[in-house]
Amino acid sequence: MRIGVVVFPGSNCDHDTYHVVKHVCGQEARFVWHKDSYLGGLDAVVLPGGFAYGDYLRTGAIARFSPVMQAVTAFAARGGPVLGICNGFQILQEAGLLPGAMLRNRDVKFLSQPVHVRVERDDTPASAGLSVGDVLTMPIAHGEGNFFLPDAELDGLEARGQVVFRYSRKDGRLDDASNVNGSVRSIAGICNEARNVVGLMPHPERASEGELGSADGRRIFEALIRSLVPA
Amino acid sequence: MKARVYVTLKPSVFDPQGKTIHDALLSLGYARVADVRQGKFFEVALEGVAPEAARQTVEEIARKVLANPVIESYRVELEDAGARASDAPRRAAGKQGG
Repeated sequence: MRIGVVVFPGSNCDHDTYHVVKHVCGQEARFVWHKDSYLGGLDAVVLPGGFAYGDYLRTGAIARFSPVMQAVTAFAARGGPVLGICNGFQILQEAGLLPGAMLRNRDVKFLSQPVHVRVERDDTPASAGLSVGDVLTMPIAHGEGNFFLPDAELDGLEARGQVVFRYSRKDGRLDDASNVNGSVRSIAGICNEARNVVGLMPHPERASEGELGSADGRRIFEALIRSLVPA
Repeated sequence: MKARVYVTLKPSVFDPQGKTIHDALLSLGYARVADVRQGKFFEVALEGVAPEAARQTVEEIARKVLANPVIESYRVELEDAGARASDAPRRAAGKQGG
């Protein structure tokens, strides 16, 4: 499988993501420069974490105007799987490929710590083959990860099964303390209505090898690869 | 022609930064401060544009780029024509100096 990793000026998880795709999962990985306007036969695209354009204006607000985003939008419209991690998630929201917006974390602080997320759906490219209710441990590292969507739209998001991951306790139960950034309904990851575009705030690429404290993130990449195999 | 754009979080959206500033003000003894909301302010300079077209352009820029309509609202103010006229000589002088 050929998996592209988009590089924006300010991306800083691009090499980690490339490493996991290529060396941990054994797939073909390719960097895609943000000025490229074509994706050249990729099977999936990952928008990695970082601080594209220094988070100027708002997180992801400038990156969405990069030429590559037109190609990513067209790829997504054709049903191509797109995974946005942290800043990549924020860029997908700004580009209108995923709903909602990120507010500053509830306690204003930048949070860099491991969190537990509960799998809510097993029918997206980031969760194919996982079991609903599984709890994954991965780090977060963000100042603006407080997912927000107006109340009126949240019920629709839930009803359509677009909530893919929620911050939870290790035992899978939801509570206020485990929802570290204050996201509405503990939402840590969502997908679009067509289910091929997924964004999540935790960093699976930083938790894909046992040496790093958790290999749970590898299951997200394996899900992505599994979703690409024709049934 | 200059335009000012004010971008603020919608009233229904929690503002953690405004809340932190408010808490700080209370701890400094400003007991009468009831609330603080933080926003952004932009000055947009346009050249060779009539006021009506300028407003339309800046409204579009605010809607598409400066504000995120999911969480923010915006307000556009155009600098009045008199201020623009008095600006022109200053700019020219500035160029000579540079």
